[in-house]
Amino acid sequence: MTLRDNEGAGTGPTAPAAPVANPGPEAPCMDRRQFIDLLKKAMPLGVTLLACGVPISDLVVKEEKPAKPEIPDSELPNYAMAVDIEKCIGCGRCAAACKAENKVIDSPHYVRTWVERYVIPKDGEAQVDSPNAGIDGFPDQPPVDILKTFFVPKLCNHCANPPCVQVCPVGATFQTRDGVVLVDDDYCVGCRYCIQACPYGARYLHPEKLVADKCTFCYHRITQGLLPACVEVCPTEARVFGDLKKQSSPIQRILRFNPIMTLKPELNTRPKVFYANADQEIT
Amino acid sequence: MSTVKVPQQLVVLSVIGVVVLSVFFGMRTLFVPESFGRYGHYRADAVDAARALPIKFAGAKTCAECHDDVDKTKSQGFHRHVSCEVCHGPGAGHVEDPGTIKPTAPRERGLCPLCHNYSPSRPTGFPQIVTAQHSPGKPCMTCHKPHDPVPPSTPKECSACHRGIWSQKQVSRHASLECTTCHEVPKAHFTNPRGVAVGKPAANTFCEQCHSKAAAPKESTIPQVAAEHAGRYLCWDCHYPHFPEGKP
Repeated sequence: MTLRDNEGAGTGPTAPAAPVANPGPEAPCMDRRQFIDLLKKAMPLGVTLLACGVPISDLVVKEEKPAKPEIPDSELPNYAMAVDIEKCIGCGRCAAACKAENKVIDSPHYVRTWVERYVIPKDGEAQVDSPNAGIDGFPDQPPVDILKTFFVPKLCNHCANPPCVQVCPVGATFQTRDGVVLVDDDYCVGCRYCIQACPYGARYLHPEKLVADKCTFCYHRITQGLLPACVEVCPTEARVFGDLKKQSSPIQRILRFNPIMTLKPELNTRPKVFYANADQEIT
Repeated sequence: MSTVKVPQQLVVLSVIGVVVLSVFFGMRTLFVPESFGRYGHYRADAVDAARALPIKFAGAKTCAECHDDVDKTKSQGFHRHVSCEVCHGPGAGHVEDPGTIKPTAPRERGLCPLCHNYSPSRPTGFPQIVTAQHSPGKPCMTCHKPHDPVPPSTPKECSACHRGIWSQKQVSRHASLECTTCHEVPKAHFTNPRGVAVGKPAANTFCEQCHSKAAAPKESTIPQVAAEHAGRYLCWDCHYPHFPEGKP
C-alpha cells in the first residue's frame, strides 16, 4: 500500500490530466506515460539479453568463424634478422632493392631500410652519414685521422616489445603471431604517434596514403618461403634472415658464433634485428 | 494483495541504460571491422592483405631453374653469393613472361664501383679499386667477366678470401694454429676454389691429437677432455674450431 501511495504521489505532478490507461481521444500521439509503460514492457527482453551476455551486435551480424584450421602459436615461426657489420661493404643494394620490392617513394626522405656510415676519428665525436640511404654510394670521407670506420645497415627492429604498437590509439600497428610488426594501411588514421614512439627512427608518414609506413620484413615474401628483398640481394651475406625457433636456421648459427648486440637494449624493446661484430658506438 | 512496485526513477534509469547500451553495441557492430580482435587488438584481415602484396624479386633459385649454365659458372666463382637480381634488377616479371619482359643487363662503368670502389669503411680484404685511376673510361666488362670475376693475381694468404674466419681465429685460443694445421689445402684450390675444395677433419680423433688426456702433457694449458666427453657427437657439433671459446 505504501508503495502504491508513493507512486501515486510521485506521478502526481508529472502525469498529464488524462488517466493512465485511457488516453483522451484528443491525444493522437502516445503521451509520456504510455511511452514509458511501453518501454517497461520491453524491459524484460533487454535485461534478459544483457544478463545472458549476448551483445546486440551478435544478433545483428552473425559472425562466421574462419573455415581454415588455425595453426597454434607455438608452431608458427618467430622471424628475426641479423647483420654482420664485418661483412657489410656499404653498397646500398639492400636499400635499393627494398624500394623496388615495396614501392617505397623514390626520395631520400622515405626509406624502410638504409645504410649508415660511421666514421670514428681518433679525436672527437663519431660522424654518421647516410646520403640517400646509401643507394648512390658514399662521398669521400672527411679528412680526419680515422680510428675506425664501418657501415651499419638499419631497419625496423621488429621489437618483441614494440613501443609503436603500445602507443597506437586505434590498433592499426600490431605484432603478427609470427613476430613481425606491421601497419594496417586501411585502419591507420595517420596520427604519427608511432613515428614519435619508435626509438630507431624506422617509421615515416607515407606522403600520399597519409599512413605510417615501415619495413615489413617483406611479409609477402617470407610467408611464401622467400627471403626479404634486402637479404636476397646482399652480395656479401652480411644480412641473415631466419626463424629463431628453428635450430637449423642460418640465424641461429650467426647468433651462436659471433658476439652479438642489439640497438638501445636499455629501452627494453627487445629488438629482433641483431648486430654481429658491432661497435658499441652504434646507436 | 499488494505487488512490489519498482520505483519509477529506477525504471527510467534502466530504460536509458538499455538505450545507451543498444546504441553502443549497434555502433560497435557498424564501425568495428569483423576480423578485429581475432588474434589481438588488430584487424586479422590486415595480415592477409600484407601477405597478398606482389613479389618483385624472384630469387636466385628461381633464376637458376632456367639459366642453369650461368648459375653453374657463377656458383664456382667469387660472385657466388651475389644474387642475380643485384645487377639485373627485379625479375619476377621476367619469370611470369620471359618473352616480353627482359631484365636489365648493365654494361656501363657505374654499377661495379658501388661495391668495388675504394672506401676505408669497407672490410679489409674486400677487393677494391680507385675507380678514377683503374683503367679510366673503360667498362669493367672489357677485362672482367661479371659471372666469374678473377682477381689480377692468385691470392697467397687464406685470409684474402676467408677473412671472416681468419679474423675470428686470430682473437681466439686457436690463433697460433695455421689453417693448414687442420685443413689440407691443395694448390689447385687457390686458382679454382669451388672446384677443388680443402680437406677438413672427419673424426673426433683429429681433435684428440691435442685435446685428449693421453696426448697433452700434464702441465699444459691445453684443455684436456676424457674420451667419453663427446659421446656420439662430433667435436664441432658443439665447439666452433675457429673460435673454440664461444659458448657451446
